[in-house]
Amino acid sequence: MTPELINILNSIVSNATPLVIAGLGETITERAGVTNLSLDGSLALSAMLGFVAALASGSILVGLLVAMVAGGLVALIVAVSGIALRQDQVAIGFVLTLLCADLAQFLGQDYTGRSSTAMLVVPVPFLSEIPVLGPILFRQQAIVYFSYVLIFVVWFWLFHTRRGLPLRAVGERPEAAFARGTRVNNLRYVYTVIGGALVGLAGAAYSLGVKPGWSNPPVMRGDGWIALAIVIFGGWHPFRVVLGAYLFAALRALSSAIQRSPDIDIPLVLLNGLPWLLMIATLLLVSSGAVERLLHVLPRPLQKWTRTFLRSDPPAALGTRFEPD
Amino acid sequence: MSDGQEKAVRSRTALQIGFLILPIIVSIVITALIILAVGSDPGEVFEAVLQGAFRNSTAFAGVINFWIPLALCSMGLVVTFTAGLWNIGIEGQMMFGALFASWAAQSLTLPPPALVGVEILLAMLGGALWGALVGVLKTRLGVHEIFGGVALNALANVAAIYLISGPWQPPEGGSAQATAPFPRDALLPPLSGEFPVNLFVLILVFIAITLVILALRGTRWGLHLKATGKNARSALLLGVPTTQSAISALIVCGAIAGIAGAYRVLFTYSSLRPFVSGGIGFLGLLVVLLVANRGLWAPFVAFAFAIILAGSTRLRVALQLDQSLAGVLQGILVLLVLTANGLRQRLMERRQSGTSPEPQSGFKPITTPGTEAINE
Repeated sequence: MTPELINILNSIVSNATPLVIAGLGETITERAGVTNLSLDGSLALSAMLGFVAALASGSILVGLLVAMVAGGLVALIVAVSGIALRQDQVAIGFVLTLLCADLAQFLGQDYTGRSSTAMLVVPVPFLSEIPVLGPILFRQQAIVYFSYVLIFVVWFWLFHTRRGLPLRAVGERPEAAFARGTRVNNLRYVYTVIGGALVGLAGAAYSLGVKPGWSNPPVMRGDGWIALAIVIFGGWHPFRVVLGAYLFAALRALSSAIQRSPDIDIPLVLLNGLPWLLMIATLLLVSSGAVERLLHVLPRPLQKWTRTFLRSDPPAALGTRFEPD
Repeated sequence: MSDGQEKAVRSRTALQIGFLILPIIVSIVITALIILAVGSDPGEVFEAVLQGAFRNSTAFAGVINFWIPLALCSMGLVVTFTAGLWNIGIEGQMMFGALFASWAAQSLTLPPPALVGVEILLAMLGGALWGALVGVLKTRLGVHEIFGGVALNALANVAAIYLISGPWQPPEGGSAQATAPFPRDALLPPLSGEFPVNLFVLILVFIAITLVILALRGTRWGLHLKATGKNARSALLLGVPTTQSAISALIVCGAIAGIAGAYRVLFTYSSLRPFVSGGIGFLGLLVVLLVANRGLWAPFVAFAFAIILAGSTRLRVALQLDQSLAGVLQGILVLLVLTANGLRQRLMERRQSGTSPEPQSGFKPITTPGTEAINE
């Protein structure tokens, strides 16, 4: 493998990292039955606040913490409004999307165009020496390593711990969970805030990690929606969500490679539409109707495999309210 | 009516008024704190905004020129919300209307009044097409309208930037900023130099407001939309063509948004620019959320928002502040109104201890089957 290709793959992994973290955060939230639609705004707000905090304190860790608190607070507003105050989660989420984006732009106006204090690339001893994989996966910023760990933690927590079962239950069948003594709404608060804190961290993963600095319009504009779509594409399963994030980053890298290549004559601006076409295409692919149609065409042995891989059913109680009394 | 009942009614009215005014005051206070946080004087800022909106007749015309597209979008969104649809794609519908109008403005040669009419009609067609696409994706192909809408917004903007920097670039050379100004005959004429507003589209706005309210109240189509929005499954079982209702709502909204887009290119800018919708469609969603989908109130709230929007354009000039402050104030206000509404309902339930149902007044949240679960 040429060093050039390894470099490209390395940057795909690092560019995908914010989407991985945000996607996992939203997966946790939605698995608990709450939709936090505010991602496109809360990513920007937490990125800006994290960047400014790191700049002011001189510590990246402070920046990360501030970003997580910001993301968690936005999610808390979604949870309180949706659960205690019985408002439509989508409405609250949408208002927060706009509000947070504007707030980030207004509060960050003196910091636009500034960049400094990015995380350093720290090669992992031994692992980074593995041929091919080492330089791709293990010559990265610390936040990228954190995202690797997070993938397995989320998966293990959801499917292999005593607390994962009630987490999934409050999103699938809250009545049943309640009958078994689970405090449904308390759990929803907790996982919405945890999910939001991860979204906040994802914001800081842009401004302090892969795209250091703050700009107007922010570099992550639109990525919040992409992350939400990736969660659907991923069928609310952490591994598939992460796969979606990496695929997306890979296709983005491909399109910028096309832009650079002299042989292909596509107007540059049209390539900016690719992510969005891709988003529609992937959602078409996983929408149940399309999958069923596809299944009819496929040979029988492939059917079962395709069904398990492509079907994407949301948690049954997603976005609904649960009233214990 | 007994004394006790009267007292209860009076205190409930007081509660309602309190929960109407409180969010306004609190949102202004929070915005003032945010202004302090960036080291500016809230008094100066609010004064600059009022100056920006009312200092003379031209400034006030600016308010009307924001109100026209905003009121149009709000009325269109009342239609789609009635059908239980989250038409986030309205920005794209506006932009596509603007694209179609721009094509006509550059390519057609007709006597001026006819040309303007054709431009507006084409803009309606463009917006309707982009709206129909959201509807087809949603009803036939299972892509939720929020995601379809977000993607189609971005694609409409890409199309605009492509046209501006390619086929429609000004003769003096390519910039991604704007097309060359359209010929004079293709533009919507202003009323006067002191009050630059286009009367024709202003009248169209009032027609749109009237038609939307009447159509939703008094026609079979309006009834179908309401049934679809309230409970699509039961509506379908009762013989309501829910798919056609949803798509037709999006087509109507798109067509109205198309006029708004046309106004931006044929009057506000006199040329096509990137992101020509300028977030006005999104703001329309906030307006409709704030009035809980009551069409009659939407134009008034849209007017208040237009004052903030037009006024804030002065912030950059007068105080070197970013005009995103307008969005901050509007966003906080809507968020507080929605949450205060929830709080009020909880308080009233506690008082009545669940004996009588919640009265159908005050701000009602929009909760329809179509909006509850965003992933289908």
